[in-house]
Amino acid sequence: MSGLEIKDITVTYKNGHTAIVDTSFTLPTGSITALVGVNGSGKSTLFKSIMGFVKLARGSVKILGLDVADALKSNFVAYVPQSEEIDWDFPVLVEDVVMMGRYGHMNMFRIARDIDRRKVDFALERVGLAYLKKRQIGELSGGQKKRVFLARALAQESEVILLDEPFTGVDVQTEEQIMALLRDLRDVGKIILVSTHNLGSVPEYCDRAVLIDRTVLAQGKTDEVFTQDNLQRAFGGVLRRFVLTGKQLHDDDDSRQVTVLSDDERPVVLYGNDFSSIRIEENS
Amino acid sequence: MLSYFSETLMEPFAYTFMQQAFLMVALVSIPTAILSCFLVLKGWSLMGDAISHSVLPGVILAYIGGFSFAIGAFGAGMLCAVFTGFLKENSRLKEDTIMGVVFSGMFAVGLVMMTKVDSNIHLDHILFGDVLGLSWQNILETAGVTALVLSFILFKGKDLLVFVFDQQHAKALGLPVTLLHYGLLSLLSLTIVAALKAVGMILVIAMLITPGAVAHLLTKKFRRMIVLSIIISISAAFSGVYISFYIDSAPAPTIIVLLTLLFVIVFIYQDLRSVRRRGDSDTRKPSRMVRIFQSD
Repeated sequence: MSGLEIKDITVTYKNGHTAIVDTSFTLPTGSITALVGVNGSGKSTLFKSIMGFVKLARGSVKILGLDVADALKSNFVAYVPQSEEIDWDFPVLVEDVVMMGRYGHMNMFRIARDIDRRKVDFALERVGLAYLKKRQIGELSGGQKKRVFLARALAQESEVILLDEPFTGVDVQTEEQIMALLRDLRDVGKIILVSTHNLGSVPEYCDRAVLIDRTVLAQGKTDEVFTQDNLQRAFGGVLRRFVLTGKQLHDDDDSRQVTVLSDDERPVVLYGNDFSSIRIEENS
Repeated sequence: MLSYFSETLMEPFAYTFMQQAFLMVALVSIPTAILSCFLVLKGWSLMGDAISHSVLPGVILAYIGGFSFAIGAFGAGMLCAVFTGFLKENSRLKEDTIMGVVFSGMFAVGLVMMTKVDSNIHLDHILFGDVLGLSWQNILETAGVTALVLSFILFKGKDLLVFVFDQQHAKALGLPVTLLHYGLLSLLSLTIVAALKAVGMILVIAMLITPGAVAHLLTKKFRRMIVLSIIISISAAFSGVYISFYIDSAPAPTIIVLLTLLFVIVFIYQDLRSVRRRGDSDTRKPSRMVRIFQSD
């Protein structure tokens, strides 16, 4: 009942394109879920339906038992955008952006109180940007830019946090920082949904995964969902695959093989011979 | 000698029509300056252009129907904005394409209507303003619009800023995004109507873009951008009317020439400064080209 409940939703855009069909999944509180799929598989449409940006042709979205509009009014949802969606020349300072996360806690005139300023400072400290708070946002590096918006989500103190491709253009250190923060948030019961095509980070960081291609292909605990079979279905021929068989690995009779699946970033590595039925397309 | 100079310099302030003109442009330059900041950042500069052109048929219709031309103009401006939004939602065309079709179409309709109506409306006055032929009634109306825009920005400015900066966050906060969208459009239409008498529908476009653009070049803080924009706008408006008195030019174009001049000066100044800064700290700060690659 609680958590984020998506039930049989279908979204058709005005130009006639149906982006997602009969999609259902449930995210429990205190979890980090990866939303995985190729470009155009409906990841962003799904995000838009959770934020009420698109009209649902069918189905329903419930956030902690509330309808989307009520959930948004209750400040339940925080959104961390992709870097490309932001105008980095915009005349706002780092602290201004994080303060925008506090608006839902302020009165209608949006006058910051002491507590708001403290929460902003605290959020900036947690992402390690306190010393940059007077910088204009365009003066930051790629990883710092990501962390500003993460700090905004922290300051917002929402129950659900949506992150759109948080690992794109981010170095490994930042990626680990981001994930450490998300784990902390999970441990206090937040629902975290991360859209990504960075397959390698999923088994490492996410408890659960939802694979989509215009509808849900598989969902559940990451180790159950993240099989080569499911990934092949989600990505089709888009993935790069390298299979290292016994001969290339060691000298004994062990027939197991290592499979490396990657689209363009960190690869996912699977070990064992359960996947032998799959045709080898690329061998290195 | 001294008194001769001061008399000459003070001469523009001696006439009632000049006093009215000064007051009017000062009143107009405040809401246009504030809105220009939002429009420039939202990427809506063309929206000002579109709405201002499309008020023409509204003005003519108001003349025919015998109702207030401010209502006609506002109605037509909003129609353009709403129609553009509707067409964009329901077609595959991009917004600028639709805007181009809608506003030039409405403008043309206005021009055609005008030839069929034997009117004493001077097209010149609608297009380029008639700031030297004002009534106190005009000034009062404009003051009302200025007060409205100012109070909206005072109360809802922060929400509007979130809406312009990151619409999805605005949505996530549960802000009334559609209301803000049309609120901004209504303010824009109202301001254009209020500015018609002063600078006309063609030149108001410059007042709705240039002050914000100059201020954007000068600062990295939004609040300062608004303040700078207002200062720039008022000074240009005031000096424009003042200078026009001596060089016998039309006031509205003189204001716009000053604004444009200011833009050019600030642009060159900024460019020189950034070149110098890059030269100073070659080792610390990478050049613009390198930064582009790094941001990937």
